[in-house]
Amino acid sequence: MANLTPEQALEQARAAAKAAQDAAAAAVGAADKAQGILGDLSAQVASAHAAASAVDPFVFQFSIFVMAIFVGYYVVWSVTPALHTPLMSVTNAISSVIVVGALLAVGVDWASGPGAGWARGFGFVGTVLAAVNIFGGFMVTSRMLAMYKKKS
Amino acid sequence: MSQNITALLYLVSGVLFIMALRGLSSPATSRKGNVYGMVGMAIAIGTTLALIKPSFGAYALILLALAIGGGVGAITAKRIAMTAMPQLVAFFHSLVGLAAVFVAAAAINAPAAFGIGSPGHIHGQALVEMSLGVAIGAITFTGSVIAFLKLDGRMSGKPILLPMRHLVNIALAVILVVLIATLVMTGSQVVFWLIVLVSLALGVLIIVPIGGADMPVVVSMLNSYSGWAAAGIGFTLQNSALIITGALVGSSGAILSYIMCKGMNRSFISVILGGFGGETAGPAGGAVESRPVKQGSADDAAFIMKNASKVIIVPGYGMAVAQAQHAVREMADKLKHEGVEVKYAIHPVAGRMPGHMNVLLAEANVPYDEVFELEDINNDFAQADVAYVIGANDVTNPAAKTDPASPIFGMPILDVEKAKTVLFIKRGMGSGYAGVENELFFRDNTMMLFGDAKKMTEEIIKNLD
Repeated sequence: MANLTPEQALEQARAAAKAAQDAAAAAVGAADKAQGILGDLSAQVASAHAAASAVDPFVFQFSIFVMAIFVGYYVVWSVTPALHTPLMSVTNAISSVIVVGALLAVGVDWASGPGAGWARGFGFVGTVLAAVNIFGGFMVTSRMLAMYKKKS
Repeated sequence: MSQNITALLYLVSGVLFIMALRGLSSPATSRKGNVYGMVGMAIAIGTTLALIKPSFGAYALILLALAIGGGVGAITAKRIAMTAMPQLVAFFHSLVGLAAVFVAAAAINAPAAFGIGSPGHIHGQALVEMSLGVAIGAITFTGSVIAFLKLDGRMSGKPILLPMRHLVNIALAVILVVLIATLVMTGSQVVFWLIVLVSLALGVLIIVPIGGADMPVVVSMLNSYSGWAAAGIGFTLQNSALIITGALVGSSGAILSYIMCKGMNRSFISVILGGFGGETAGPAGGAVESRPVKQGSADDAAFIMKNASKVIIVPGYGMAVAQAQHAVREMADKLKHEGVEVKYAIHPVAGRMPGHMNVLLAEANVPYDEVFELEDINNDFAQADVAYVIGANDVTNPAAKTDPASPIFGMPILDVEKAKTVLFIKRGMGSGYAGVENELFFRDNTMMLFGDAKKMTEEIIKNLD
């Protein structure tokens, strides 16, 4: 370093300045880029917020479904084994709540389209089947449960 | 009525259904639980009628359908014999499955009324939910019909093993998935009905190879399926009552299947693959059968039991077949009168469905606090003077504990052989459903009582006087 000519020193100083300038430019570019990414991110977050205010109803229903599975799990484990047959007949009866779908179909407006007649027919049969189960299921369950007595 | 109120009312009926199941934790609360269930159903139906405001004609149709179905259901429920409960439950499962198919068929014909799009342009998501519901529903339908036929004795309880059945089932399952994908893309009704057809066939093929002794698992499994089918349709209709119920029933059936499999020490997969109970050859062959057994008469049995201080009665499917529950109760009453302590021991898989024996004993007025589950009573056999076994073969077979070569090895059994005397009622020397020879018959402390369970028990009652 000590035996550099003034020309050489000047040359080196220029090179250093150039490097510093390049680095600064790169830093500015990076900052710009970072800002761009941030901007994108915030835009995404914003759009996510927008979506959150309108979550697909399916998600809510799915949440109910998952929760109900857990509720069912704990409730059914607490059922005494002596009542497993009534458990089956009552679950049979309540799963006939599918009748709500059949009722919707019977109530279809004739003018709603070419399939309305079919829908009503299927709905009618569906209602009959579900009704067998509703009445039969609950009645046979209560008949069974009436038989369980304690020692007198 | 506003949509919000409707949704809340459906939620209320869903909660009432949860309370209906909760009530079953004890016989004392169970009757109230059943009433909650009925109220929940009434709310669901009332809400739907208020929502759709049917025209006069539609109203008449609905009332007609409810009257026909309700009448059939009520008469069936009143007349059915308690011994026929497994068949009835299987029959009811089939109806839920079929109803799911019809509701889906209606929805695809009138999508606007179900809020899932317009004809030919049904939302893809709704199609996925619907096709899952309809496929499971159709499988439940035919599967339950086969289970019903087997349980009712209209079809042999022996497994029917078709050639290449696993391959055929897998092929059908793959076709089903392809069809569902096609339906979602095209929304075509033809594809919808193809899904129904393939699922119907699959339901038959899945249940046909499963033997009679595995029916407790099958009935529970179909119970579970009917729940998932209902849930699938519930998603299509966006109805929370249906979704909650489907989830409850689905998990209930799954838990019962698990309990039944554990009671047999078998994996769910091995039950579903079927074929169990088909082979009749015992592990040791014919040499075992020629051994002598000690045979007794009703008179001997009456004498032994009269002089006992503790008798444990072990009912099995044989009691249901012979309708012997009332005679058994009468015998127990006589014994109690003589100062004998009488208890009942029930194996989880005794009979053809979960809790089958408990219902029969309840029908015969046996107090439920005299009836015990396997874990609660198994230690009592060592102190019992008599174990009175009525047509319960595999669940009392000590080979499950001692013989690793036995097909039932590892199955938890009732330790009846620890009682001082085992009285074993049986129609003949045949083996149980598992096709396994019962070591118990040849023990010194076992006395075989050959005959019909009901007649033999009645004979014993006469001799007790």
